[in-house]
Amino acid sequence: MATSNGAVLVELKNVAQRYGRGEKRFTAIEHINLTIREGEFVALLGPSGCGKSTLLRIITGLSRPSEGEVRYRGAPLNGVNPYATIVFQSFALFPWLTVEGNVAVAMRARGMPAEQAHARAVELIDLVGLDGFEQAYPRELSGGMRQKVGIARALAANPELLCLDEPFSALDVLSAETLRGEVLELWTGGQLQIRAVLMVSHNIEEAIFMADRIVVMDKGPGRIIAEVPVTLPHPRDRKSDAFVALTDRVYGILMGQTQPEHVEFGTEPGQAGRTRALPAAEVTELAGLLEHVNNTPTERDDIYQLAEELGLDFNNLQALIEAAELLGFARVETGDLIITPLGETFADASILARKEIFASRLRRLPFFRWMLRMLEASGERSLRREVLLTALERDFPPDEAEQQLDIASKWGRYAELFGYDDAQGRFFLEEIATPA
Amino acid sequence: MTTPTRRGFTPTPPDRPWFTMADGIILLVVVGLLALGIWIAEAAPAEVRGPEISLSISALPFYALHSVGRMAAAYALSFVFTLIYGYIAAYNQRAERVLMPLLDVLQSVPILSFLPVVLLSLTAILPEGIAVELASIILIFTSQVWNLTFAWYQSLTTVPRELREASGVFRFTRWRRLTTLELPFGALALIWNSMMSWAGGWFFLMAAEIFTLGARDFRLPGLGAYLQTAANEENLAAIGYGIATLIIVIVLLDQLVWRPLLVWADRFKLEMVESDNPPQSWFYDLLQRAALKDAVAGVLAPPGRAFDRLMDRVLPLPHSVSAGSNSGFGVGWLFLAGTVAAALAGAVLGGRLLLQVPLDRWIDIGFGVGATFLRVVAALIIALLWTVPLGVYIGTQPRAAAALQPIVQIVASIPATALFPVLVLALLAAPGGLNIAAVLLMLLGTQWYLLFNVIAGAAAIPQDLRYTTDLLQLSGWQRWRTLILPALFPYLITGMITASGGAWNASIVAEYVVFGGQAYQSIGIGAQITSATADGDYPRLLAATLAMVITVVAINRLVWRRLYRLAENVYRME
Repeated sequence: MATSNGAVLVELKNVAQRYGRGEKRFTAIEHINLTIREGEFVALLGPSGCGKSTLLRIITGLSRPSEGEVRYRGAPLNGVNPYATIVFQSFALFPWLTVEGNVAVAMRARGMPAEQAHARAVELIDLVGLDGFEQAYPRELSGGMRQKVGIARALAANPELLCLDEPFSALDVLSAETLRGEVLELWTGGQLQIRAVLMVSHNIEEAIFMADRIVVMDKGPGRIIAEVPVTLPHPRDRKSDAFVALTDRVYGILMGQTQPEHVEFGTEPGQAGRTRALPAAEVTELAGLLEHVNNTPTERDDIYQLAEELGLDFNNLQALIEAAELLGFARVETGDLIITPLGETFADASILARKEIFASRLRRLPFFRWMLRMLEASGERSLRREVLLTALERDFPPDEAEQQLDIASKWGRYAELFGYDDAQGRFFLEEIATPA
Repeated sequence: MTTPTRRGFTPTPPDRPWFTMADGIILLVVVGLLALGIWIAEAAPAEVRGPEISLSISALPFYALHSVGRMAAAYALSFVFTLIYGYIAAYNQRAERVLMPLLDVLQSVPILSFLPVVLLSLTAILPEGIAVELASIILIFTSQVWNLTFAWYQSLTTVPRELREASGVFRFTRWRRLTTLELPFGALALIWNSMMSWAGGWFFLMAAEIFTLGARDFRLPGLGAYLQTAANEENLAAIGYGIATLIIVIVLLDQLVWRPLLVWADRFKLEMVESDNPPQSWFYDLLQRAALKDAVAGVLAPPGRAFDRLMDRVLPLPHSVSAGSNSGFGVGWLFLAGTVAAALAGAVLGGRLLLQVPLDRWIDIGFGVGATFLRVVAALIIALLWTVPLGVYIGTQPRAAAALQPIVQIVASIPATALFPVLVLALLAAPGGLNIAAVLLMLLGTQWYLLFNVIAGAAAIPQDLRYTTDLLQLSGWQRWRTLILPALFPYLITGMITASGGAWNASIVAEYVVFGGQAYQSIGIGAQITSATADGDYPRLLAATLAMVITVVAINRLVWRRLYRLAENVYRME
């Protein structure tokens, strides 16, 4: 079904979504141009925070973009798209309705008479393989079965465009794998009304396994950086050379190349230029990653392999690699992670020596230079959390500003650059005020 | 343990100044409402004679029915008000800015202050019988409605985002969204708060059925009037019968209405795990087994569907999926304009009345606030002293809980105002009698909130932490300081917020008593309000009420809100 010559279903032109105003204005996604045609299975792939869910909500009409045009079958989209449905990551089932009730409600809401809705619901429940569970409540079902209800409910709305919002990421590995196959079967079987599928994912393998085309997004701000067609025939073999080559290629696109230091670092908060967001990496996990790569004979590792070996989720791995790059512990080249001499020293060092290396690297980052200067400039060499947060909100949306400060707080405390008193909500410089 | 821990209190978002412009406007609106009532009240008839209240036992079932009917009418009013008010506040940002602070102030207004104003203004415009009945219902309404509205608003604004989006994607009309998503999601909070509302209603019913104001004597046949009359005549047997009837009514309502409702509503829990010990009700099981149930359901289904179709048209597809968006901005502007107009009227009408209050009256009011404050603090401290040890004991010993829980629940269900005559009788002769009685009444009315919260808090202490303290061989005070008190803290704060609000409100009944035909009063803001009412001194009534509202709001925001935030941030167990 990998034809992309079908009629155009969805068309996005120069779409952007911005929140807030004035100094705190920030852009979730921008310059989005995207076309989805009949017969296509499109995957939206990208790291968390790249705005793929925002984009999905714009396409379904749940939210309206602040700029640009959204068309469905040529007509501008106004309000929720009646031809689209969503299968949600958290299933979004109504816990107080039975399986049948959850499926039927989608049809009853569209005015279908009760008896007819009941009959169709039973059919759909049968189709997803849940017959016998019609009268069960969602809380009695396993995650995989709940998502089947979610799928049956989405089908009940008789959609042309089926949207899947990370549908398998809340499931255990086995259920997710089974369900992927079943969704593909429903889609390639072709007996449904569905004209196209749009799936949001942060799992590269899953996207390549299922989609005909992968739209790769990156963050800061969210934008499309590549479109990769997948022409492998179904059923796809994950071990095949073509599959692996494609996986490497997509990893390469997503991880990019390590840039020169001044580009990687960005500017200080509050100054012109782009402030580099700190990746949400745990120091202990970063050390673990470096130790692992350091122990491979070649001292470099295929990133796709790494994800498998360490059993890491892609988002998590990406944050770790970003942190390693930012701190100068590793470089990324053509889908490989290469450890630097500094990274090796760090991996081999004792606990105290690690802290020193970490501290010396942090002092070079504009984010920490700015924080330390702010702390030194204040009279008591300490600052309330809110003060830093307010300053950061000029560069980041409120939620992310908070997250950035949390990461900075963890890294800085690990490196003993500064301390943080949780009860008072104050950052302070260590030499002067030591906590009791 | 099924005690709810999230009661009516909602702390407003952090990092907001404790008193804003909006609060000032809202306060003026309240002053305006009171002043308007007073203005109308001046046209009330000068003399009214109420019906005789019989103290015979045979009259009790009749009185009980009347009281329950009144409560039910007030509750129905509260429920409808709640649905509409909460819905508008949740879906319209502009209206929300007025409605939520208004609710916050209104719930701090001493309810009994309202009574003379409501009663007299209604008798001025309606026939006497209807006016008295209506006034009593309105008074009970004001004691039931606020926590219910807060709970509904809070549940509307916390519906999980993906469920909301599902309702949008599947094209639910507003009606279907209300019945399929919002009401089920809020059902448990609404039921728990309804139970609290009924408890609050009983408390004030005792004072809302009988009311003397100079030559005006308003009476309604009911349990409250019965108990008051019995107290006035110092008829101890009648007081006993009255209290017994009250307890029977409350227990019956619990068994036949609230328990079954709770069992039924267990399905509306959002948690995706089965509960370990779901609530039980013999009456619910009986209804489930009844063959009649299916027949009734069968008959009701077709008209139910027709009604759904009708309501789908009345409340059609929403413009926006999320709460807090600005749909239907006309309503919002209307609210803002109305509020500003009401505030202006309040400033003029209220200002004129307040200017008539002489300076030494204001000084009295100031002393009154101070004295009542001390009483409230005393009541809270006494309540803490006995509820914490007992609550921890019940909460940590499942066997004790099973035995004591029903007893505690029944004792707690007796409205303190019903016991008050007995207390006064016992204590009036003692030195400082009314002072002690006042503190005791506040205690009676509020200690249960604390006890239930302590039990819930103690039961929620994770087993692992208890083992750890055992392993560390912490005992006695060490154990309390490191484990029990910090774990209880959020629950204590929640309980104390409700308790302190209740205690302030109770001061109106507690500090000024008519017993055996004679009035006794102590220094306090509650006594000021009641005596101003008895003297028909409206300017002083308004001044004293206002002083109390401002004090309670200030304490809530300056003390409780901070402690609540501390509890949320530092002492939450997760």
